[in-house]
This record gives sequence, structure tokens and C-alpha cells, in this order.
Amino acid sequence: MSATSPSPDHKLPRDHYLNATYGIRSWLLTTDHKRIALLYLFSVTFFFFVGGIFATLIRIHLLTPNGVLVTPETYNKLFTMHGVAMIFFFLIPAIPAVLGNFMIPIMIGAKDLAFPKINLLSWYIYVVGGTFVLYSFCTGGLDTGWTFYTPLSSVYSNSAVAPAVVGIFINGFSSILTGLNFIVTIHTMRAPGMTWFRLPLFVWAHYSTSLVMILGTPVVAITLLLAGMERLLHLGFFNPAMGGDPILFQHLFWFYSHPAVYIMILPAMGVISEIIPTFARKPIFGYSFIAASSIAIAVIGFLVWAHHMYVTGQSTYAALTFSFLTYLVAIPSAVKTFNWTATLYKGSISWDTPMLYALGFIGLFLIGGLTGLFLACVGLDIHIHDTYFVVAHFHYVMVGGAVMGYVGGLHFWWPKITGKLYPEILSRIAAITLFVGFNLTFFPQFILGYLGMPRRYHTYPPEFQVLNVFSTAGASILALGYLLPMIYLTWSMRYGKVAGPNPWPATGLEWKTDSPPPTENFHVTPVVDWEPYDYSNRPDLGLAPGRPLAPAHGDD
Amino acid sequence: MSEHVVSPKIYVVILLALLLGTFLTVQAALRDFGPWNIVIALAIASTKAILVILYFMHARYSPKRTQLVVVCAAFWLVLLLALTATDYIKRPSDQSRLTSATAFYRS
Amino acid sequence: MHRTGELYGQFETLEQQKESAQFGMWVFLVTEVLFFGGLFLTYAVNRHLYFTAFGVGGNMLDLTLGTVNTVVLIASSFTMAMSVWAAQTNRKKLLPVCLILTLLLGGVFLGIKYVEYKQKFDHHLIPGHSFDLTYRINHPAPTDNPKELAAERTEIEEAARHEAPTEPESGLTALNAHAQLYFSLYFGMTGLHALHMIVGGGLLVWVIKESLKGRFSTTYNTPIEIVGLYWHFVDVVWIYLFALLYLINRHAV
Repeated sequence: MSATSPSPDHKLPRDHYLNATYGIRSWLLTTDHKRIALLYLFSVTFFFFVGGIFATLIRIHLLTPNGVLVTPETYNKLFTMHGVAMIFFFLIPAIPAVLGNFMIPIMIGAKDLAFPKINLLSWYIYVVGGTFVLYSFCTGGLDTGWTFYTPLSSVYSNSAVAPAVVGIFINGFSSILTGLNFIVTIHTMRAPGMTWFRLPLFVWAHYSTSLVMILGTPVVAITLLLAGMERLLHLGFFNPAMGGDPILFQHLFWFYSHPAVYIMILPAMGVISEIIPTFARKPIFGYSFIAASSIAIAVIGFLVWAHHMYVTGQSTYAALTFSFLTYLVAIPSAVKTFNWTATLYKGSISWDTPMLYALGFIGLFLIGGLTGLFLACVGLDIHIHDTYFVVAHFHYVMVGGAVMGYVGGLHFWWPKITGKLYPEILSRIAAITLFVGFNLTFFPQFILGYLGMPRRYHTYPPEFQVLNVFSTAGASILALGYLLPMIYLTWSMRYGKVAGPNPWPATGLEWKTDSPPPTENFHVTPVVDWEPYDYSNRPDLGLAPGRPLAPAHGDD
Repeated sequence: MSEHVVSPKIYVVILLALLLGTFLTVQAALRDFGPWNIVIALAIASTKAILVILYFMHARYSPKRTQLVVVCAAFWLVLLLALTATDYIKRPSDQSRLTSATAFYRS
Repeated sequence: MHRTGELYGQFETLEQQKESAQFGMWVFLVTEVLFFGGLFLTYAVNRHLYFTAFGVGGNMLDLTLGTVNTVVLIASSFTMAMSVWAAQTNRKKLLPVCLILTLLLGGVFLGIKYVEYKQKFDHHLIPGHSFDLTYRINHPAPTDNPKELAAERTEIEEAARHEAPTEPESGLTALNAHAQLYFSLYFGMTGLHALHMIVGGGLLVWVIKESLKGRFSTTYNTPIEIVGLYWHFVDVVWIYLFALLYLINRHAV
């Protein structure tokens, strides 16, 4: 199946998970991990829109130094709700609950996750949590920042803090249950022969992510509960006027919220580890190092939280401890980046859309990660804390990193999920549009931050206007880069060319079953006796030493 | 993961140990050991907890992954407390805090 | 519902199913450790900052009732462990007996908790506008021991002096504020614990019903084991709560 021979016409399998049963009840009461993944796809996309609308309003308001689009109070609500929607309802669930849910059982050769009903419950919990937060947005909004610092959030804010805090608290359990499900599944449900070191790196990434989910999320849950109780019952834990300590809130909050960013990035790294070998036609370089670095990031990620708190007046002793540990956590991420690059070296590179996203990820995550080191330095952070430098840093890792990983992963596995191919030329154009738009939006913000423009401010000095205009212009291009896939991916579900089981082709257990897969994933339980990413030894896919390497995408 | 059946004899021994621990910790609390008060209290509590986990919860007889889970839970809890302590250890402990509280209550 | 130990669709063998259920419960308990952990951190920080007030607050808890509750819960852990043994050794009559004993002991615990909470309510020790550390000594009940009340008065006065050595009148206000933090944590932590016990009670009711139908045996007793794990965890949390909340500075009184 290569471009050098006409690609065979594939037919959709007669029975698969999408047509196994019909009707709304069969979807809302499903326990099939693949259908639950699609339920999540629908909901996270919705919240992405919600967060995106707030982002649009922010960027339009910031076109002029004394923005006239919204009042200062409303501006506070815009950036808060943008953060809450994007972080808790899009970034944290997206890859694990959509791609992880769909792929993990198939990748390990199982019929489903260990606890399918709990999987469905996770989705419903997400929906209930989301409803509370939407209610908060619609009844006065939220102006505390997504970080809910006290005593603003627990005492003084006049916005709808209580329903939002309840919603995020509830949503935390969705995350916890998903993580629990993944951990148990990966431990107990692997097919015969699927040893730990034959697992795809995508699975290792999700295992590490799940560790973070189950160890960190409960802490933010109790923290928000305490802040909510403080607001409703006038307790005093975080209120200085009552002897409480606002810094305690920050310690508790960031104990989760820093590892949370690793919940967002680790799955994306897992996606990249799947895409790069496929489109470089080479086994991944340093498999065990990448696997170990995933665990290392998850563990060390818990040791660095107070780097968000350097300027709070915490003890210098704490600041230095956390600064040192923050530098440490960069090491495993660097290991991954080196290994991906080494995989590309002397590979046979194809420029298919997933590969464009993966390459974009490597470059943008590199910039985002390195600027994190700037921020890790206590002395430097004093100047750039709470400026647009921070904003640019985290958007580079979260959007340039996690979102590109998500969109790339969607493109990579779209043929498996839907059985259809999307139009390749359009998809490459969209990927490039996204990349250009993204950089135009956020690179100027590094400069703005370094020059001193504070974040979360509704105005700025006039000399910063040019860069802000660039940023807003970039945002409009970025928006186009998001809209295009939404359109053509939806289009492809109906009109796309039938993909067949393995369009790229890729190694990996998921590509050995039909596209779309049957409900039970495999007609016969597979027995695994090969190593992962064996791109140099698969004659059935046209991949063997000495044979000319075929480009991946055989169609269009 | 026990088809390992633990004999009631062991349960009885653990029960007695736990009751003894309770008695000891109450007695210790009624005496003053200065800064060691909290150390003794937590040491006895932790011993009791470990007995419950190892024998009542069968952790002693469980597969390695379960034992790893128990260790991780304890480790992460200690992490949370210890790293936060790097901040609070440098803050004054138990000093008088005046005006903010009183102002709140006077108004 | 998982009645006769039949195999769920996603599993290949019963063994895999049982392993998954047990491991799943252990992983869930890890999340509970961290959930309570946030409260323990809050407690630790506030105790470090306001040790005197915490001592005063802690001495207002009833040590006898607290110790009885600890003994009750330890006993219930024992009966729960015996239930697992009974299920594993096919003792189908003993099993519901042990489970019911566990439930009853849990009920005793909650009953005593209710008595304690009511006491606090009567003594104006619920955080809020009517919180007043001195309520009890200023409004003694006929059943109160005068020596005890005198000791408490001395303790409060000393603590108030410690809070504000240069401004005696503000000392009591500050003490009240900080003691409220203690009691907020007392109610928060024991309340969350009690909530978990109620859930545990519900789980026990479920397995009692099933055990009375004879559903559990040597080959199938997973629900008993995992309910047991949960119940023991709740016991472990109480072991720490007892030490941290009830046993501060008792020698001073």
C-alpha cells in the first residue's frame, strides 16, 4: 500500500462499533470505550469553542491600549472564564478522554477498559461539572482568575464563584476516575505477550498522566471545597482578617495545578512518540528512555509547584528548593526531545498532516520549555512574573504543545476512528495556517512580557500597541487554523475516502484491526510477539531492510 | 490479591496490639514530653495504621503493585507536607497575631 | 449486577476480574489519602501557626468519648477482617453476623459523634457568629465539674495572654479567631470522615443483603474484600484524626 502502486479500494467493515447499535440511548448508555471517547470529543470541542470565544473577545479588546470593548470588571471575567474553560474542560480531558479512551484498550489488545461503566460515569460527571461552570458563566461570570486566589475568591469577589468551584470540584472526579481506569487497565488487561516494554509509548504516556491525575486532583478538590466553604460559611483558613493564610491556599492549589500541566502535556508527548516513527519510517530512538522520562516527568512534576509563588513572600529557602527542582524537571523533557530528533535522523520523512503537527510540536514545545527555564530562575522571575512572558510561555507549551499534539493525534487516528480519510492537501494547509497563526499570536507576547506588560490587565501603555495588534492578527489566523479541521473532519465522516485498516501504514496493534474497529476491538484476542515500532522489519507493510521505503500516505 | 487466607489468630493479635496502642497514646498524651509529644503521638498512630494496612487490609500478602500503591500514597502525602514545610518552617510559629483579627471582630 | 461471580464482558478470566476490582479499590484509596491529605496539610500549617489556640480547642474535646470511638472503630475493623475470613472459608452463617457487627459498631461510632457535635453546639463552639470559647465557663450547666471549669478558665486566660501580651483585651478576640480555625478543621475533618463512614455503612448494608442470600463463598468474595479495604481505610484516617485532634496538650489540663 504505497504511492507507487494504485491503492486498493477499501470497503468499510460490515459491522463496527458505530453501527453496532442505533439510537440515542445506545450512545448515552454505552459502555463501549470507543463511543465514550466520541462523547468526550463532542463535549471537549464544545468547551474549546466556549474558551475560544472568550479568547477572541480578549484579543479584540487588547487591540487598543485603552480597550473599549468591555469594562475592566468584564475583562477580568473574560480571562478567568477563558482559563477555566480551556484548562479544566478542554486541555485536561482532551487527549486522555478522547484519544486515550479510544486507543488504550486496542493498543494493549483488550476488549475494553477495566471498568467500562465507571468510564461512562466519568463522562456524565464531566457533563454535570461543566453545567455548573456554564451556569456560573451565565449568571454573573467569574473574575478571580482561573487560579482562584484567596481572599478574592473566598471573600471579596462579587462574581458567581460558588457554582464554578462546585463545577470544577465535580469535574475533578471525572479526571480521577479516568486515571484510575487507565492505571488498572494497563496493569491487568494487557493481551498475552504484551509486556511493559512492548507497550506503545502512547500507553506509557497515559500511565504517567494517570499517576498525576490520581495523586494530584484530590488535593485541588479539597482545596476548592475549603475555599467554597470559606465563601459560604465564612470560615477563615485563607482569609488574613480571620487569622488565615492566603499562601496556604496557593500551596494547596499549585500542588495540583502544576502537575496538571503535565496531565496536559504528557499525553501529547505520547502522541508525538507514535507519529514520528510512523512518518520517519524508523523505530523510535531510545524507547526505554522515553518511557522512563514519562514517569520521571510525572514524579518530578510534583516537586516543583512553588515556582508559581516566588514573589508571594514565601521563605527564600522554599524558593531555592523549588527552583532547583524545577530545573530538574526539564531534563526528562529534554531527553524526549533529543530522542524524537534522533528518530528523525536518517529517517525517510513524509510530510503527512500528522507529521506536520508533530514537527510543529517539537519546535514549539522546545521554545515553551526553554522559556520555562527563564521563569524557573528566581531572580529573573521577579521581573517577568505576572507579565505576558508567562502568558506566552504557557501558551507555547499548552497550545503549541498540547493542542497540536491533540489535533495531530486526531488526524493520525481519524482513519481508525471513523474509517475515513480526510482531504490531505486541505489538512496540510490547515496545519501550516495553525502554525503561522500561533506564532504570530504568541511570539510577540514574549517580547511584551520582557518589556514589562503585565498580564490580566485590561489596559497597557501605548508603546505596546503594535505588538498587541500583531498578536490579535495572529489570533484570527489561528482561529482559521482551528476551524478548517473542524469542517473537513466533519465532512470526511460522510464523504471521505474509505481508509482501510492501515492507511499510513503504521506498526502498532491498533492498525491490525478494522477501521472502524468492531465493538470488541479484535475478532480474535491478539498474542503479541513483536517489539514496538519495528519499522525496519515489516515486509507486509513494505518495510524491510534493503527495500525502498514507501511514503506513508498513499492516497490523494 | 489474596486467596491468601489470614487466620483469625493473627487478627486477634493485631486487634490487641491496636488496643494497646490506643491505651499507650492516651497515657502519653496525659504526660508532657515537650517537643516529643507530637512525635510520640504520630509514631504510635503510624504503627497502628501500618498494622491495619499490612494485616487487616492484607497488604502484606498482596501483589507487588498493591504494595507499590501503598508506598506511593504514603510518599506523596509526605511530599505534600514536607515541601510545604520548607515555606512554613521559616515563618514564626505560634506568635501573637493581633490587629487583623481584632479589627475584624470590632467592626 | 455482579451476583453469582459471572464474568464481565471486558475481562478474559475471573482471575483478571478479581485482580482488577481489588487493584481498582486500592488505587481509589490512594486518591482518598490525598483528598484527606489536603486537610491534614491545612491542619499542620494552622497548628504550627496557632499552637496555643489549638491546645485550648483540643482540650475542649471529650477525651473519653474520643477514646471510646477509637476503640469502637478498631473493633469494627476486626469484625470486618473476620467477615473476609468467613467469606473465604465458606462460613455462610458467620459472614452476615460479622458484617452486621461491623455495621452496628459503625453506628455506635456515629452515635457518639452526634453526641459530641451536640455538645459543641450547646457550648457555642460551632464556627460562626455565635462562636464563643468562654460560653461554657460563663454559663456552667449544673452537671459541670467546677474544678474542670476553673482549670479551663485558667487555660483560656493564659492562652489569651499568650496571644496578645501587650493588649490583654484583644487576646481573647484573637484566641477566639484562632480557635475557630481549630474547630473549623475539627468539624471539617471529622465531618468528612463521618460522611465516608456513612458511605461505608451503605456499602455494608448492600453486602449484608447479598450475604444473607448466600451469594458469597470461597470462590467468590470480592465485594467483601473491597468493602473491607474501604472500611479499614476509614479506620486508618480516624487513627490519625484522634491523635491530631484529641491529644494536643492534654497534660496541661
